[in-house]
This record gives sequence, C-alpha cells and structure tokens, in this order.
Amino acid sequence: MPPVDLFWGKLTWAAIPIDSPLPIVSSVVVAVVIVSVLVWIVIRGHFPYLWREWLTSVDHKRVGVMYVVLALVMLLRGFADASMMRVQQAMALNGPGYLPPEHYDQIFSSHGTIMIFFVAMPFVIGLMNFVVPLQIGARDVAFPTLNSVSFWLTATGALLVNISLFLGEFARTGWIPYPPLSELAYSPGVGVDYYLWSLQISGVGTLLTGVNFVTTLLKGRAPGMDLMRMPMFCWTSLASSLLIVAAFPVLTATLAMLLLDRYLGFHFFTNEAGGNVMMFMNLIWAWGHPEVYILILPAFGIFSEVIATFSSKSLFGYRSMVAATLGICVLAFTVWLHHFFTMGAGANVNAVFGILSTAIAVPTGVKVFNWLFTIYGGRVRYSVPILWSIGFMVTFVLGGMTGVLLAIPPVDFLVHNSLFLIAHFHNVIIGGVVFGLFAGYTYWFPKAFGFRLHEGLGKAAFWFWTIGFYVAFMPLYVLGFLGMTRRMQQYDVPNWQPWLVVAAAGAGLIAIGTGFLVAQLYYSIRHRDALRDTSGDPWDGRTLEWSTSSPPPPYNFAVLPRVTALDAYWVEKQGQISNGTGRPTPHYVPIEVPRNSATGITCAFFASLLGFALIWHIWWLASLGAIGAFVTFVIFAWRDQVEDEIPAGELARLDGLDRAARRPAFHVGRAT
Amino acid sequence: MNVAVLPGHNADESKRIAAGYGFWIFLLSDIVMFSCFFASYAVLVHATAGGPDTRQLFDVDRVAIETACLLASSFTCGLAFVASGRRSAALFYLSMTATLALGAAFIALEVVEFVSLAARNAGPGRSAFLSAFFALVGCHGIHVTIGLLWLCTMMAQVYAKGFRGDILRRILCFTLFWHALDIVWVALFTVVYLIGVAP
Repeated sequence: MPPVDLFWGKLTWAAIPIDSPLPIVSSVVVAVVIVSVLVWIVIRGHFPYLWREWLTSVDHKRVGVMYVVLALVMLLRGFADASMMRVQQAMALNGPGYLPPEHYDQIFSSHGTIMIFFVAMPFVIGLMNFVVPLQIGARDVAFPTLNSVSFWLTATGALLVNISLFLGEFARTGWIPYPPLSELAYSPGVGVDYYLWSLQISGVGTLLTGVNFVTTLLKGRAPGMDLMRMPMFCWTSLASSLLIVAAFPVLTATLAMLLLDRYLGFHFFTNEAGGNVMMFMNLIWAWGHPEVYILILPAFGIFSEVIATFSSKSLFGYRSMVAATLGICVLAFTVWLHHFFTMGAGANVNAVFGILSTAIAVPTGVKVFNWLFTIYGGRVRYSVPILWSIGFMVTFVLGGMTGVLLAIPPVDFLVHNSLFLIAHFHNVIIGGVVFGLFAGYTYWFPKAFGFRLHEGLGKAAFWFWTIGFYVAFMPLYVLGFLGMTRRMQQYDVPNWQPWLVVAAAGAGLIAIGTGFLVAQLYYSIRHRDALRDTSGDPWDGRTLEWSTSSPPPPYNFAVLPRVTALDAYWVEKQGQISNGTGRPTPHYVPIEVPRNSATGITCAFFASLLGFALIWHIWWLASLGAIGAFVTFVIFAWRDQVEDEIPAGELARLDGLDRAARRPAFHVGRAT
Repeated sequence: MNVAVLPGHNADESKRIAAGYGFWIFLLSDIVMFSCFFASYAVLVHATAGGPDTRQLFDVDRVAIETACLLASSFTCGLAFVASGRRSAALFYLSMTATLALGAAFIALEVVEFVSLAARNAGPGRSAFLSAFFALVGCHGIHVTIGLLWLCTMMAQVYAKGFRGDILRRILCFTLFWHALDIVWVALFTVVYLIGVAP
C-alpha cells in the first residue's frame, strides 16, 4: 500500500472520477440542486423556520415526515440506478453497452444498498414514527430526542453513500459485500469502506429506533389501550421493532468483523490464516432475513388499517392476525440458511431450513385470507390506498409462491443467483413493501398536512406502477429459467435480449408512475385549499389518529383518550351517534412537551466527519468527530429545562376548534 | 421523556421505570452483539493456522485477578446506586471512585495481556483464532472503557446538578450497563479462558 498522508489520509485529487462523465455530471447536478434549494431557503428567510420547526424538532410527527422525505429523495436515486441497469442489460448483447464493468458493479451495489437501507427502512420507520404514538394515544415516543438522533444518523449514512458518487467510488461487491471479494486484497479501494461506515452509522440509528419503539409501545400507551386493543399497525410495528433490536446488532457485529479485517489485518473472513468465509454468510443472513420482515411487517400493518377503514368494517380475525404477526416474527430467525442452500451444508440441514422457509407461508396465508374476509361483505370505497392494497394482494401472493419454490432446496440449486431470484424478491419487496408504503403515504398524508393527495393522479401512479412492475419483472422469471445469472454487465445469449428489452420498457412504465407520484405531490400542494380536510377524519377512520386535528397539535391529544375497545375512535363515534349526547367537554390540564434540541443534527454533523475520516484514513479528523459527538451528548445531558408547558386555557381553545369541526361526524347521520 | 403514567405510580416513577426498561432493551441488543462475537470465537477457536493455541497463550492467574476486580467493581457500583437512592453524596462519590479504580485496574491488566501477546507474535493478525479472541475480549474492553468515561461523566453530573430525577435515571442506566458487562465477562471468562486452559 502507498504511504498515507497524515493530513489528507488516502484522499487525493485522483479520488474525483474525472474520466467517467456520468457520476460527475449527476453529482454536479445534485450539488447544484441542493445548493440552489439552500440559497432559496436562506434568501426567502425560511431558514429560521426550517431550523426551529423541523431540523431541531424532536416531535415524532416531524421526525417521521423527515424520514419519509429522505426516503422519497433516495427513492429517486435508487430508481435512477435501476433504470441505468435495465438499459445497460437491454443493450449489452455481445458488447460492452454504455457502462463499463467497474461502473456497472457500483451501480447494482448502490441500488440495493440505497433501496433497502435508505428508502425502505426510512420510509417504514418514518410512517411508524408518525403513526404509532397517535394510534396508541401517546403524546410522543418514549425518548423524543433519541428519536431525532436516530433520524439524523440515518441521514448521515445516506449522505456518505451519496458522497461516494463524487469522491472515490462505491462498493463493487453487491449490496451484501461477500468476502473474500470485499476483503482488502480484492477490493483495495474505498468503495467497501463507504458501504461499511455508512451502514454502521445508520445502523446505530435504526437500533435506537427499535429500542425507542419497543419502549413506546409497551410503556407509553393511553389508559385502557390494552395490548389486544392496539391497532394492527402498532402490533406489526412492535414486531418489527423487536426484530430490529434482535437483528441489527448482528449486522453491526458482522460489519465490524469485516472492518477489522480491512483496517487492522484481522482474519475473520480472509482466505488465509484460517479465516472462514461462510461464517460471514451465516452471520449476515442471520440479520438479513429478519430484515425483510422488519420491512414487510409494518407494510402488512398498513394494509390491515387501510383495508378495514375502506371496507368500513373491523379487521377480520384480529387475534389470528396478531398471532400470525408474532409467528412470522419468530420464524424470521429460523430460515437464514435458505440464502445459501448451495453452500454444501448437506441434505439434512437444507431440508430443515427448506421446511421452515415454506412454513412462513402459513402465517402469511392467514393474513391474506383475513384481508380478503375483511373486504368480503364490506362497503368498499375504491380510493387510492385500497387500490394499492388490492394490487399488493395479487402481486404479493404471486411473489410468495415463487418464494416457496425457492425455499425447496433442489429447485433452489437450479435457479440460485439467477434472475429468477431477482424477480422473486422484487416481487415481494415492490409488491409488498413499496405498495404498502405508498398506501400508507396516501392514507396518512391528510393527517400529516391537513389536505389530501389528488385522487386521479394517485390512481394513474398506481396503474403505471402495477403494470410497469409486471412488465419489468415477469421477464426476469423467464430469464432465470433460461439460465441468466444476476449482475451481468454483458452477455452473449441472443435469446435473452428480447426479454431484457421488455424489462427495460417496464422500468419505463414505472418511471412514468413515479412521475405521476411527483406530479401528484406538486399538484396537491398547489391546490391544497381545494383538497383541504378540516374534519381531521377524511376517511371515516377507526383508530385514534383520526380523533385529533390534522395536522395534530405538538402534544397530539389535548386530553389523553380513554380506550374501551378495539377500533377506539370508531366505537366512540358509533356510541355517541346512537345515544345522541355528543362528546362531553373534557377537563383540561397543562401539558409538558419536550423542547427542541439540536443534539440530533449536531451529532450527525460529527458522525459525518467521523465516517468520512474513517473511510479516507484521516485519523485526526476521526478523533475530532468522535470527541465532538461525545461533547454534544454531554452538553445535552447538562440541560436544565427539558420541557415546555402548554397552559390549560390554550389547550381548551385549540381543542374547541377541533371539536367544532368534528361535530357533524358525531351528530348527523354520516354519508357511509 | 414521554411515557404513560403507570397505574399506582407517579409521573417520576413511571419515567424511571420506562428509562430502565428501554435501557434493558438496549442491553439485550448489546448482548446479541456479544453473542455474535462469541459465536465467531467458537467457530474459529481451532483455526490457529499453525500458530499458538489457547493453552499456550492464556495466563489464567492474571485473568482471575481481572475477574476479581470486575466483580468487586460491580459490588461498589451497586453501593453507588444505593447511595444515590439515599441522596448520600459522600458514599456515592466514594463508591463510584472505587468502581473507577477497579475498572481501570481491569483495563490495565487487559492491556498488559494484549501487549504481551502481541510481543510473542500472537497478535490479532496471526490467525483467525487470535482475530476472534482479540475482537471478543477487546469488544468487552471497549465497553468497559466507555463505561469508565460514562462513570466520570455521572460523577461530574451529580457534582454539578445534584440527585435530580433525570440524573438518577441516568445513574440507574449506568449501573445496569456496568452489571451487564459483568454478566458478559462471566461468560467470557468461562468460554474463553477456563475452557481454553482445561486439560
């Protein structure tokens, strides 16, 4: 290795990829966009507002919205990567296409990394943040400042991944960096280090989120909100948080071992000195398989909420739904070996893991039937969220069945690492997680901002996404059977090309769908007065988040709700409509709300310095980052005033407005 | 902090219960992380690549002294917790200082061990076994070091702010952390050192 400069570490001018125009041009464009947005914010005088109300906010609703914004922005980046890959493969018969291999390899690695860690995870966690405290009748999460720190650490990880576009390179190893390829001997550049440090930093944030939500859900519920009265989304968020607490430390440990190999010459996974490569596969998938359930379970929860609300019925089989959720939660940890049946563990081991993997279809099937029975006999309103839910049920069942195929070891040997696998997991992740997130985004948007998203544009986005998904991914099943392996930069089998061209066209349809989502957001903001919802309950909802104003006040509930049954708000509405008394005016007492704190964003600043410095071996800067983060926490710990009080009179005034707006729902016969 | 007021408790007690509860969840996750290092050690313990093995390297007498230091520090840490509950500053500072001294002694002995191993060409780069050993024991050592930093911060906090509600909650979390490291060490002493030198 060349000697490392004490001040600059490994960082030199050669780190800027002058010779490859694509990343340079795109990063310059991104930089120009970011700078001009910042300049606009400062010139228009919005910065104090942004700083006070958002960046330093510890309000779970604000933090949740920021998570979702991060996810949507990163979705565009990850989708751009996907489109580039589809175009490359459509072109690259017998030829190089337009992307050289070293660049193509970075693109598939960053696509997977970004989509899982910086799109799906922040989107899921963002919705959990926004919704869970409202649904359980709490004023915030258990540890609000910690929550803000979690978000900012996730943002730090996303920032580091994007810096790799301009400075240095990203990993060329795939989104799961298998050794020995990811070891220093075969990946001497900074790409794998970018991957490792951005995931270590954002992983800490995710773990703290898990801890926070387990505590919130088990210690922060409103009076009367027994576990078996929790909305389904809360149950799935609890299961997902438990999985985070149990699985993310495994990721941290595994990546730490790879880091020790790369930085300090350890031999965990090297070829020499007794290192064990297969230990990496076992460890990383002991995190990796629960990870997909961390993503899908909250999506299941969203579908449960949406389907019950838009069918105007309570969820069918609530108890079996809870049991199925927890069953999946446990089974998630017993199937990791199906990611490498071809390792050679032997027929018996493969058989056990094959059976357990197929067994996951049972609780999942229970859920699908429960959703169907909820719709059955209901008065279904075909609004955008339920369209996503129905699209999900069709698509996800298909993906689940190809998953059962892959869980059978002899079949897996034939299609292992082929495009069949790629088609399968996109089938469940797009058809499950992404559709669920879009359903939740549309469903809770009016709660977050007080106006709905435009219905027609949302439906257009749904149809283009759904049809585009089938056009893009069904050909990949065929290609898998035709023997095409994943991650090919070029190929010499003419039979494959037509299917790849179709798949590229499907990506084009999804791009149009994405365009409609952007247009929907833009149009809805421009026409927000026409789309305004003053009732706080635009969908005739069933759960407690609809019982407060839209957007909810910082303290969520002027008076903590008293929960007497499942579907708490629905029951309250029904009860008071039937006895005609209306809602009694409650007795208001002052509320303490947590103060804003710059701890999260300051911590993220130092964590960014730390991560960047470690990637480039700039040791003095790394020390500075670590010390800065510690000092930030000590300063935070020294605060005397941590909460502000909202007086009872102010509460009565604000709550009175909301109650007046809501009176029709409680007195007059409702439209449904 | 934002938690429901639990039946039969006031707001401050409820906050204390939830803080301890949340911190226990975090500790469980930390134990999961340790379990990965334990597992990798178990997988790699015989992968010595022709280098020294456990029986040639471990000095159980020194590690026994380390263990005694850490177990004793757990006792003094418990005393500090009792002292904080009784708002007895003198006993609190005394027992926290004792914990600090014992923890520092533990770390010093561990550093001596690591240095002597490296001097005998048995550093972490020698074999996969030694990689796993240094990572597992080192991970615990880093935790203890962070714990010492936290300990000093808590003494400073009590000095500056007194036994306030939020400070008491942090003392509770710190003592939980310290005892959990003890539990991990008991497993580590057994799995790595005692089994390592067993005939």
